[in-house]
Amino acid sequence: MAELLQIVRLRYTWPGETRPVLDIPEFTIAPGERVFLQGPSGSGKSTLLAAIGGLIRPDNGTIRFDQTDLGTLSTACRDRFRAEHLGVIFQQFNLLPWLDVRANVTLPCRFSKARARRAGNVTEAADALLDAMDLAPALRGKRADTLSVGQQQRVAAARALIGKPRLVLADEPTSALDHDRREAFIDLLFGQVEAADSALLFVSHDPALAARFDRQVSLPEINRTGKVA
Amino acid sequence: MNLLGLAFRSLINRRFAVILTVVTIALSIGLLVLVEQMRSEVRDGFYRSVSGTDLIVGARTAPIQLLLYSVFGIGDATNNISWQTYRELAETSDISWTIPMALGDMHRGYRVMGTSEELFAHFRYGDRQALAFAQGGPFDDLFEVVIGHQVARQLDYVIGDQLVLAHGTGSTALQQHDDHPFTISGILEPTGTPVDQTLYISLAAHRAIHIGWERGTRMPGAEIDPDEARDRADELRPDSVTAVLLGLNTRSAVFGLQRRINDFRAEALTAIMPGIALQELWRITGLVEQTLRLVAGMVVLAGLLGMLTVLLTTLNERRREMAMLRANGARPWQIAGLLVFEAGLIAASGIIVGVLLALLVQALAAPWLLATFGLHVAVAWPAGDLWLVLGGILLAGLAISLVPALLAYRRTLADGMQVRM
Repeated sequence: MAELLQIVRLRYTWPGETRPVLDIPEFTIAPGERVFLQGPSGSGKSTLLAAIGGLIRPDNGTIRFDQTDLGTLSTACRDRFRAEHLGVIFQQFNLLPWLDVRANVTLPCRFSKARARRAGNVTEAADALLDAMDLAPALRGKRADTLSVGQQQRVAAARALIGKPRLVLADEPTSALDHDRREAFIDLLFGQVEAADSALLFVSHDPALAARFDRQVSLPEINRTGKVA
Repeated sequence: MNLLGLAFRSLINRRFAVILTVVTIALSIGLLVLVEQMRSEVRDGFYRSVSGTDLIVGARTAPIQLLLYSVFGIGDATNNISWQTYRELAETSDISWTIPMALGDMHRGYRVMGTSEELFAHFRYGDRQALAFAQGGPFDDLFEVVIGHQVARQLDYVIGDQLVLAHGTGSTALQQHDDHPFTISGILEPTGTPVDQTLYISLAAHRAIHIGWERGTRMPGAEIDPDEARDRADELRPDSVTAVLLGLNTRSAVFGLQRRINDFRAEALTAIMPGIALQELWRITGLVEQTLRLVAGMVVLAGLLGMLTVLLTTLNERRREMAMLRANGARPWQIAGLLVFEAGLIAASGIIVGVLLALLVQALAAPWLLATFGLHVAVAWPAGDLWLVLGGILLAGLAISLVPALLAYRRTLADGMQVRM
């Protein structure tokens, strides 16, 4: 089966630095695959996510997404690619506090017509995702900053999943949750990722979660720099 | 919700700082609009006050001073023109009509002018409009008075009411001519000029009430009985007049006549053309106007810089928000555009509130200007040129916002999906 994401000989050095933060000979994600990526702080996890998202351009190597080499795209095309194909869940969720829940979920569709088309009726799609995430209808008109941490996390997941992106990048989204809530969130996330037929790249410190994923990858093992930034 | 909607909701979220910024810009715009509007309205008001008068003649004095005390009731004459000189002027062949003005009395804060019925026939204001009576008519009896519109309105006078004049002007008008009460014979239509603030009596009446006042105060027993004054009305005339408005047969004679009057040997006189004197007045006040404009412009600049400060200081705390927008597909130019939109909304709101504020202040100041200077200041929307200036300020606000927009653009490129603080 063709890989959804294929990274080959990726090297990246932050401007002003001499040693690269990423030097990855090969890394792949298959369509619909759920990958657990772990590594200590400063090992380059966020840099790798930024490279996959097309926000930084590698010094060497290729990042191929569904046969498209991101390195050949202009900045504008990479922005469009990210809006169309990627969903992102942040560690701090990063909801816009001044928007209500529904507006936060539909936000990616504001920046991508293709994603809005895939979502169909954007408001109904948002409500369906929020239903699936067990977020009470009464909360959907409320400002995001009035929600509990667990509720905000589910809103952030719904935002990442709206419009069925091909790949969801989750950057330590469970670090603020206790064990029970973490398990419940992973169940919800897996269910919706599967429903959207999306692949998932889940970054975390917590090895207890690793067993639930299709594959576990240790970044220090695939990143030859061995450097902790 | 488009980018503008996002910008609007982001502004609402930071409403306290935004409202303060809008108020700052609104105050600066209000000041600018007010300076421009009042300058224009006051000039119009002055021009409206005298039209169709070719020359104003008074005792030797500065042209602007003569214009101000004769037409606008601002300040006092230092000397008068003798009656004989006035008659010589009136009989000059080039002159079509004369309106003598004998000033020096007041009534409850309004000036009293002794004049002839020529006033009602020849005086023009605004677009060469003649004086018209709202009620009654010119003085017929010796002790009748015609009053301006504001005098009637403010003092609640009607035709037939009696009033007493006070001797002197300003704070010196303490002694009353209470032995010669006047009856109101006519109330003039509003003119939006100092006419509205003036009471008019005949020259004979002016003379009659001052018989026995030759030393500047009443000499008991020397005054004339009102009935006796009526009997002698035809022979009563003042010794002097304060100023004379002249209308010529042909306007081309104005320069020659002005020179002849200024060279008049029997008495030191000054003849001025009202339009030229007003130009001179504007030339003197122009520096003040330019200074006010400069100050208003600097205040506007300070307001815009205040907006820039608010945008820059909030930029850092909004980095996470911008990184999130970027991760969700926002292009850097869209994030920069968000800031430009926000600046545009702030500047536009400030301009709208500022214009409304200026109109409010104009509306509040109008009665005071009318009461103090007899100037009718219309509360009107800014003229076309001023809208261009306001449009320029809006563009300047947008241009200034390019600074934080550019910073945001560069930061979102550098921050990627994570904000590294």
